[in-house]
Amino acid sequence: MTEPTNTQTNSNEVELLSFRLGDEEYSVDIMSVREIRGWTRATPLPHAPAYVRGVINLRGTVLPVVDLSVRLGMRPVAGDARNVIVVVQIGTQTAGLLVDAVSDILALPRSALQPPPDLAADTAQRCISALTIVEGRMIRVLDLTAVLPQDDAEAA
Amino acid sequence: MSLKVLAVDDSRTIRDMLRLTLADAGIELYLAEDGVHGLEVLGGIDPDAIISDINMPRLDGFGFIEAVRGQDRHRATPILVLTTESAPELKARARAAGATGWIVKPFDPVKLVKALNMVAG
Amino acid sequence: MPNDPMAEIKASFFIECDELLESLQDALTEIEEGAHDGETINIVFRAVHSIKGGAGAFGLEALVAFAHRYETVMDEVRSGRLEVSAEAVKLFFQAADLLADEVHAARDSQPEPEGAEACLKALEALLGADRLAEAETDDAPPDFQPMGLSLDLAADFDIGQTPPDAHVLHFKPHADLYASGNEPLYLLRALADLGPLETEVDFSAIPPLDAIDPEAAYLSWTLRLDRTLDEAAIRDVFDFVEDVCDLEFGSRENPLDSFGDVTSLLQFDASTSGNDENAPASFGAPLAAPPPEPTPAPGPPSPPSRAGEANEPDRAGMSPMTPPTPATGTPAADPGATVRVDLERIDRLVNLVGELVINQAMLAQSVTEAGLPPNSPVMTGLEAFMMLTRDIQDSVMMIRAQPVKPLFQRMARIVRESSSAIGKEVKLRTEGEATEVDKTVIERLADPLTHMIRNAVDHGLETTETRVAAGKPREGVITLCAQHRSGRVVIEVTDDGGGINRKKVFAKAVEKGLVPADSHLSDSEIDNLLFLPGFSTADQVSALSGRGVGMDVVKSSIQALGGRIAITSEPGKGTCFSISLPLTLAVLDGMVVNVANETLVVPLSSILETATLTREDIRVLGPETHVIHLRGAFVPLYDLGAELGYRAPKSNYEGGIVLLTAQENGERSALVVDAILEQRQVVIKGLQQSYGHIPGVAAATILGDGQIALILDPADLVDNASGRTGSRDLTLAG
Repeated sequence: MTEPTNTQTNSNEVELLSFRLGDEEYSVDIMSVREIRGWTRATPLPHAPAYVRGVINLRGTVLPVVDLSVRLGMRPVAGDARNVIVVVQIGTQTAGLLVDAVSDILALPRSALQPPPDLAADTAQRCISALTIVEGRMIRVLDLTAVLPQDDAEAA
Repeated sequence: MSLKVLAVDDSRTIRDMLRLTLADAGIELYLAEDGVHGLEVLGGIDPDAIISDINMPRLDGFGFIEAVRGQDRHRATPILVLTTESAPELKARARAAGATGWIVKPFDPVKLVKALNMVAG
Repeated sequence: MPNDPMAEIKASFFIECDELLESLQDALTEIEEGAHDGETINIVFRAVHSIKGGAGAFGLEALVAFAHRYETVMDEVRSGRLEVSAEAVKLFFQAADLLADEVHAARDSQPEPEGAEACLKALEALLGADRLAEAETDDAPPDFQPMGLSLDLAADFDIGQTPPDAHVLHFKPHADLYASGNEPLYLLRALADLGPLETEVDFSAIPPLDAIDPEAAYLSWTLRLDRTLDEAAIRDVFDFVEDVCDLEFGSRENPLDSFGDVTSLLQFDASTSGNDENAPASFGAPLAAPPPEPTPAPGPPSPPSRAGEANEPDRAGMSPMTPPTPATGTPAADPGATVRVDLERIDRLVNLVGELVINQAMLAQSVTEAGLPPNSPVMTGLEAFMMLTRDIQDSVMMIRAQPVKPLFQRMARIVRESSSAIGKEVKLRTEGEATEVDKTVIERLADPLTHMIRNAVDHGLETTETRVAAGKPREGVITLCAQHRSGRVVIEVTDDGGGINRKKVFAKAVEKGLVPADSHLSDSEIDNLLFLPGFSTADQVSALSGRGVGMDVVKSSIQALGGRIAITSEPGKGTCFSISLPLTLAVLDGMVVNVANETLVVPLSSILETATLTREDIRVLGPETHVIHLRGAFVPLYDLGAELGYRAPKSNYEGGIVLLTAQENGERSALVVDAILEQRQVVIKGLQQSYGHIPGVAAATILGDGQIALILDPADLVDNASGRTGSRDLTLAG
């Protein structure tokens, strides 16, 4: 579960794409980011978990979109023109992460990443692989394999 | 002057290999799939040599060779039999039908070209 | 020129092998049905033979060895020395199956299949030991060396003898040498290529001009070659002609001058080699007359001429060189030419055409929105464009379509193997082998079909004793039939066995806790219990259809292909499984509908009719369920909006629009939608890979506005439906 998938091999540097969910800042390893898309209405999927927003047309392929905010136990992303979909790929799996807004690209030494304290009560806990502080803001680094449920099954 | 050769074999693989081998040797190759087809193709060309398989549908190699030898202008055209059999009586039958020589499959490209040069000059 | 032509040819060889294996199966089937004519047996022989030939070229030794032994036996059959018994045909089939395995093992660099040796042994046992030895000796020895020697050495020469100081040869062609298209000049030239060559021509046998027979052979040569040359290499040169000439290896003890008058001495070396056009004339040059004519010189006794029949004078006409005339033909293309294309390229084309369809839909939508009059040139042009797109799409799909025949042949093998494993006599009949289906569909159908066939052999058909006791023929028959039916392909697996034992099935379902013991099920409902997950478990596992795979797995793999499976059974008569599949996995004709502001596509093939509900149509069934009464039949009503979780069931369905759909088993259902938008072809985009299976949803598509719409799977929807059409709170999603 906590296997670091956001690692950049052969480098002591890590580049993170950071984005906002509500008032919190999260990030993913930029190596797993394929592109960033503007908000587009997703076609809802019947019988899907609440955090699955639906599917969108990504240049002819069907892309599932996860409302990252709901996934991490927070209020749904509004779904308007300011929101963006971060298209990520882990292994063969491609998915869109709906977030409030993208903030920055950060280059940090790997040593700046700290393991999150063990707070089992937090539902979002298992999706977070590391924490770091940038300019006084705490940024959570997401473990995408934990965020995207299909990958659990696929990894089996 | 490049040689002109007609090759008759029902196996696409063997035809492909012949095409590859003989093209590399600068030989102008005409292909046919069986004896009947071979005679049709032969009607339109005047090859320096003919290569023929034995086991083929419609008209086998023996029949094909006999038919070729039956044509005045091909009485002396060299014909090499391409066969997986090296049995003496098969050779004898091929010879009886009028074959010039034989090549045992799988053929060695170098030797095939050499044999062609030997029978066709 | 491709990068690696040999690899290309090898790939093409394996494709050819599959074709040969197919014709082998066909021919064996004909033989099994009584066609013992020479040509049918010849087809079997040739197929095996061609596989051997090609395999030899690529050094696939295991394959060569197997094919060779199989071929040896078939050759005996061909020559009429081996009777074709039913037992023999069985072995031929088995060998053909193993040959297929050998081919595929060679192709995939896998280890040889098991049982090959046993099968060959059994096959060879048909010949009996003596006959085998005989067959082996008068046939090719299995000495295939990859790319080995092409000109076979005359093995009966003692190559080990001490070379004399010089190789001295006496070479006297017979008329047959010329008759067979050989040319002494070229032989000499080939010798000269080996090393310095001295030649002397003996014209002494040439008769007076008026006695010359133009087709006889009068010349002989004495040849001297460097003694360091390998005698085998020299013999090699004469390989083609050893039976149509006198060839004697001499030495000092066997001096040249014992051969007639030497009237000419020609020095050959490699430099003369290129000179072919008029070369024969140079032999004749010393003579004023046309070339010579002796009676065969006494000399050493000529080897027994096997070519005796070819020796007629009218054959021998040999001025060996007719000047080459320019060719008039063009290189012959293989008739019925085919092009091998990477599947990837076709898939790319299919995808592009899919994009084209989507783009065209978008364009159509924009044109409509622009409010152009229906007769405007833009609209007319667009219509033509749409028709073209449709044609292109159909053509592209046709490229991917393949006949089901190879698949059926695989099933024939499954029947053979599984019936012999459990000692039942089973015959497979196939119908509609030429029916074409998308390649992917065929590929993905193999596993479920295999399972169904095994099931039919194992469970569908009774034991031979039971059959006989019931007055049925000993041999059970399984029929595999494919046909196109209203835009889909229907494949049926029918057995003439005892039918489904419904009592037993029901009891078992109860025992497994799949249905309550007091439930009253119709025959069809009981039959469909077979498809329930957990129905076929341990105690049904036999050596054959076991492996823990139940009919539920078969059903889901068929469904994954957008197909349906249905079952019908009649006690004592047999059981029929019917699979209905889309012709392609790429597009489908759909009805675009609106449900709770979501756009959905319902496959046209599943819709029987559409209707607007009147008050009289709707009947309350239970507190939360309705049926509609349609032409005397009651059909359950399903609210799509509610079933898909888009909204709560409505309170009143009067005036609502329903799609009447039918499942494979004939069960009908009425699906409530809010509006019907249009009918059109849509490109299927799989959801399975990017998301996973959604109950009631087959796939997705992209509409003209770029939005994704879900493609409904009505049968699956109904299977998973709550059936609630009364108001009650539902969790809303989306």
